[in-house]
Parts: sequence; structure tokens; C-alpha cells
Amino acid sequence: MTLDSLAVPMDAAQGDGDAALASRKPSDAMLRVALVGNPNCGKTALFNALTGSRQKVANYPGVTVERKSGLAHTPSGAQISVLDLPGTYSLRARSPDEVVTRDVVLGRLAGETPPDVMICVADATNLRLVLRLVLELKQIGRPMVLVLNMFDIAERQGWTINLDRLSRDLGMPVVTTVATRKRGVDQLMTAVQQLGQSIRQAEAWREPTAAEIRTAHSDAERIRKACVKPPARPDTLTGRLDSVLLHPVAGTAILMVLLFFMFQAVFSWAQPLMDLIKAGFDALSNLVNHTLPAGMLESLISDGIISGVGSVLVFVPQIMILFLFIILLEDTGYMPRAAFLMDKIMGGAGLHGRAFIPLLSSFACAIPGIMGARVIDNRRDRLTTILVAPLMTCSARIPVYTLIISAFVPNRSVWGFLSLQGVVMFGLYAAGILSALLVGFVVRKVFWRGTSEPFIMELPAYKLPDWKNVLTGVLIRGKIFVKRAGTVILGMMIVVWFLSTVPGPPPGAVGPAINYSFAGMIGHFLEPALHPIGFNWQIAVALIPGLAAREVAVAALGTVYAVAGSGEAAMGPLAGVLHAHWSLATACSLLAWYVFAPQCASTLGVIKRETNSWTWPVVTFVYMMTLAYAAAFATFHIAQALGG
Amino acid sequence: MAQALFAKRRTLSEPQPLGAVLPLGGGAKGLCGVVVQVGGGASGGGLEQAELERRLLEIGFVEGARVEIVHEGMIGRDPIGVRLDDMCVALRRREADAILVRICSKHDLSQEAGA
Repeated sequence: MTLDSLAVPMDAAQGDGDAALASRKPSDAMLRVALVGNPNCGKTALFNALTGSRQKVANYPGVTVERKSGLAHTPSGAQISVLDLPGTYSLRARSPDEVVTRDVVLGRLAGETPPDVMICVADATNLRLVLRLVLELKQIGRPMVLVLNMFDIAERQGWTINLDRLSRDLGMPVVTTVATRKRGVDQLMTAVQQLGQSIRQAEAWREPTAAEIRTAHSDAERIRKACVKPPARPDTLTGRLDSVLLHPVAGTAILMVLLFFMFQAVFSWAQPLMDLIKAGFDALSNLVNHTLPAGMLESLISDGIISGVGSVLVFVPQIMILFLFIILLEDTGYMPRAAFLMDKIMGGAGLHGRAFIPLLSSFACAIPGIMGARVIDNRRDRLTTILVAPLMTCSARIPVYTLIISAFVPNRSVWGFLSLQGVVMFGLYAAGILSALLVGFVVRKVFWRGTSEPFIMELPAYKLPDWKNVLTGVLIRGKIFVKRAGTVILGMMIVVWFLSTVPGPPPGAVGPAINYSFAGMIGHFLEPALHPIGFNWQIAVALIPGLAAREVAVAALGTVYAVAGSGEAAMGPLAGVLHAHWSLATACSLLAWYVFAPQCASTLGVIKRETNSWTWPVVTFVYMMTLAYAAAFATFHIAQALGG
Repeated sequence: MAQALFAKRRTLSEPQPLGAVLPLGGGAKGLCGVVVQVGGGASGGGLEQAELERRLLEIGFVEGARVEIVHEGMIGRDPIGVRLDDMCVALRRREADAILVRICSKHDLSQEAGA
């Protein structure tokens, strides 16, 4: 998987003749650059400014570190391939992300062509640590340019940076940029192009000792003192904000309010858009019903494909709103503060404060969460985080929760301003969080007693997020979800449709057709096992495709009931159908089941990839299935006893 | 374990004389000082001492750096937020114990910054 495969053909090659094109293949001609830098230096914003929408997110072969690449253009029109590497403080890699950065930079990563030129990105207001990284990178011997990003902020705060001196002392060009406004991008590309003419091979590199780090620090500090004059009146905004936001009581309260607001927003803001999408798919389905002659094909397109994809796509707004919040928290610099506030609580559950970030991402989807756990260096801390990440309420559960809540919880407000449905939703989220903390505690205090990873984290200055970057990030996440919905889920929906339609009922049969189908047979086969937790065979049928992805269960229920019902029942909304068919105890039981059940093959797959062993997905599956059955059993019987 | 905690509590509440050298992890909010030694202190953590030392160095805790404890967590006043020259770093008291600081007044700190 190299960039070449996604490079668009060079347009007319700037007047070069065909002969020139033939002798210089684009892959040879195109300069490769890699962005390196500390975390929080605005590297991603610069990457976006350089590549615009021409970027691609994939994985490095063999590992699951996200590989972000794209194409930039120099002012003279040449194309440059740009690679955004994970942020790091040092080449002395400790996490898989940092290993990727190191190996790409050193040209050690198999399947990845080493960069011709390195762009070291620095936050112009925070040069202290990056200069040491620059000196370390310089030892490798590749051509390099230092970018002082967020230069407008540095100027506004009153920093004086002697660029000529800095460039001379470091022995490399220094370019200033304001990535969010694309300022300095052309100068950077020109500098890169010039550097690209003197390709040098990487030299050997070895881990620096503590003494060497100290020496490099004092070298970097000497250069910094000579070239950088701090503002006479330092900016105190971050400090003032932190005195509130990191306040032991007020800060924690603000964090909780923020999270609560986030869930209310996900639940209610998305509604108008969801209604719109739903209406669109209903119209499409109707159109098919009226255009095509009744029969298998019409049924496949209308009941299988359109209703299947539609009932998944309808949740895109919620997922995008959730990612909007997560990206905002990251871009403003609040995320590490949240980790600071949560560290002791997480530590009480045997988790690392840094686990807060992957676990918060797991609210959107456990897959990025499990992959994000690689920011935790200690293997046991990381495995614990991976094991509990699927318990966090991922967005794929939202469809299931939404459906059941809208069918069984009245839409009224409590205490005048909170919606009861939102409160139930919050309760389900809380159940996920509490059980994750509990499982983490058991794993860490019972199975893996011992010390954990140190918590050392920079608290970067607060920044106003750049809307364009935020939107780019949200759209990329939305696209990834849609891609998944469009491929895996569509395939599953056709399988479900097939299972629940074939074989057709014998002539003169009474009862719903699905009773005679494969799905009916599987459902009836599983029903005895699920009967004690209050599930009927329709649920059993929906749970099977639901293993591919949780949200598929909603579509499957739709298919099962739409196919099973006749006339009015199939026409009415699914929530109404469920309300008519299920007891409240069954609904509660299914909610409890979904808090715990490992209903997602992709999650198990990613755990396998991340841990490089089948042990952990199996452990995850078994423990979650056990919890799910126990919780659903208890919930069902308690709800029944209370008169549900 | 309990005794160690007790000892730490006592350190926290006692005002420290200027010029005293103590582990950063034992300081209370408002403590100002200059780093005199990194590594070699009593450190918990599953990492070897040398690894912790290198990590602390990489994030900027080097001898001569000016530090001030500016934030404390809610439970057990842990972790702490430390102003480290012109940046801010969060770390647990356990890790901060590997950093020895010489206490000075805030005034001295700004003087040194100017020098």
C-alpha cells in the first residue's frame, strides 16, 4: 500500500513531453515528505492545509496505526506526497505509534518508502521540547525543514524569534506558517522542493542515553536562549482557565456537565436530520414498490437493500455530532485536562489516566478506542483498556437504544427541562462506564496485580479550534462509518433478507412467512436458550446478524418484523410494532443485553489485530457474553417482578 | 505502604524552608523550586528507574529547570500539574518523586527566569 496507488495522474506534467514522462515515472519523480513533531503542535492542521481534501486514511501494513497521506502542490505545480506521522517527543519510541514514526523516519518500515525530506513541525509558542527533537532528527542526516506553526499566535503573544539565527544554528531552513489560514504553505513547499534536490541517505541511529538526552537538552536550550525571546508579559489565559477547569471540584463538575451535555446533544440535535434521511429512504422504498412488479427482486431491493442501508445511514448524524465533540475536545487542548481530572478515578479502577482518551473515543466506536489504546505504553495497562473499551456505549448501540427507548419510554420531560428518554439513555451510558470501571478493577487488582504505567503528560495551551479542521475530521469519520455501512452491513442485510425469505412458506400455510425460513429455524433453535432472559425468536433472529455489527440488529428487526407482519403492521414504524409485540421486561432485558454483549465482530477482529493473539478476542467474547446473559436475566426477572 | 503514605501526608502539610531539597512529589500546591536532580529518587512504577529518568528528561524535567506546582487532583491531591519553565506538565506524585527540587520563592524563580 504505497501512495502511488492513490496518486491521481499528473495533469499534463507541466508541459513536459511524453518522452520525459516515460523516462520519469511519477513514483520516481514525486518527492516524498513526512511531517514529524511533538503532540499538539498543529501538525494535523498543517497536513490539512497542505493536502486539502486530497488525503487518504489507511493503516500501515501489519500494524493498525493510522496512516494519513495526501498530495500537496508546490507553487510551481509539482506534486509532493505528504505523510502525517504520529506525534512524538523522541525517536526513542515507546508506543506502537512512536515506533511507526521512528521506523518511517529511519526508513526501516517494510513497505513504506522512506521520506526524501522531513518537515519538523513546531508550535512557535512552545519550542522548548521540539528543538531537542530537531537535533535528534538531524543526526539521521535526511534533509529537513523546521516549520514554526501557529506563528500568528506567537506574534500576538509577543514572542520574538530570530529566524535567521535559528536557521543558522540548526543548519536547516526555517519556515513560519499559520496552517489554519494556509499562510506560509507556498514558502514551505518551495523550501521542501529545494531540499529535495539533495537527497541523502539516512545514517545509523541508536537510542540516546540519559546523559545524551541531558546534553541535547542543554544544546537545544542554548539555541533557544540565543534565538527566542519570550514575551515581556507572558500569556496567562491558559493558566487562568486551568485554575477553573483543573480545579479539583469545579473542574470535575464542569467535565461531568460537559459529558452530560454531549449525550443530550447527540440524542436530540440529530433528530431533524435523522427524520429527513428516514423520509428519503421511505420514499425510495415506496418508489421501488410501485415501479417494480411484486416478487423476489422487489422484495430484495425494498425490504433487503433499501430498508437495510437506510436504517443504518439514518444514524450518521448522531455519529458525526459525537465525533464533532470528541474532535473539539482534542483540538481545544481539553482532552489531556480530562485525563488529568480522571486519572485518580481511572487509577482506582486500575486504568491509566491516558486510558480516558481511548475510552472516550470508544463512545463513538470501540474500534478507534481499542486502536487509541496504543498511546498507553505499558502492556498490561493497554490490554486492560482494550478489554473494557467495548463496554463503553459505542454509537452502534445508539440505534438499538434509540429504537427501544422510543418504543417503550414516553417522550415527556422530567424536572421541566430534561427529556425522560435522554435520562434513560444517560443511564445506559452510565451502566457502560460503571461496568467498564468494575471490570478494569477486577482485571487489574485481581488478575494482574502490580504497578502501572507512569502518567506524564503535557498540558498544552488552550487553542480556539479551527472550524475547517474540525469539519474535515468529522467528515472523514462520517465517511469511514458510511463505508462500513455500505459494505459490511449491506452484505449482512442481504444475508438476513435471504435467511428470512428463503425458503418461502408451503402453499396454503398459515402464519407469517418468516416462520418457515432459515431465520425462523435458527431463531426457534436458539429460543430455548434465550427464553430465560425474555427474548422471543424474532430477537434471536436479529441477534445473529447483529453479531456483525450492533446496529444491524435494528435493521434485522425491521426486516424480520416487516417480513413477518402483514398489511398495517409492516407499514407502521418499527417502534410501534415492537411496543405491540414485546413486554416492557423484554425491552429492558434487551437493553441490558446490549450494554454488555460482544455484538460486534469488527471489535473482536481489531482486538485480535491489536494484541496479535486470539486469546484476547476470545477472553473478551466470553466475559462479555457471560455478563450480558447475567445482566439480561437479572433485568428481565426484576422487571417482571415489578410488574413489567 | 500505609506508613509511606503517612510520611508523605506530613511532608505535604509542613511548610518547607527555602533552600531545602525535597522530592517534587512531596510538594503542595504553590511550591516553587529548581530541579537539582532527575532520577535516583525513590520511584514506584513498573518501569526501570533509568526509563523513568529518560522520560522525565524528554518531557523537559532537566537539572536547572524551574518548576511550580500549580494544580492538584481531587482525590489525594494526585496527580499534580507542574509549571515547567513556560509549559505545563501533568504527572503523578509517584513519578514526581524521582525529581529532586530545591525550594525557592516565586520571586527567586522569576529572577532566575530573567537571568
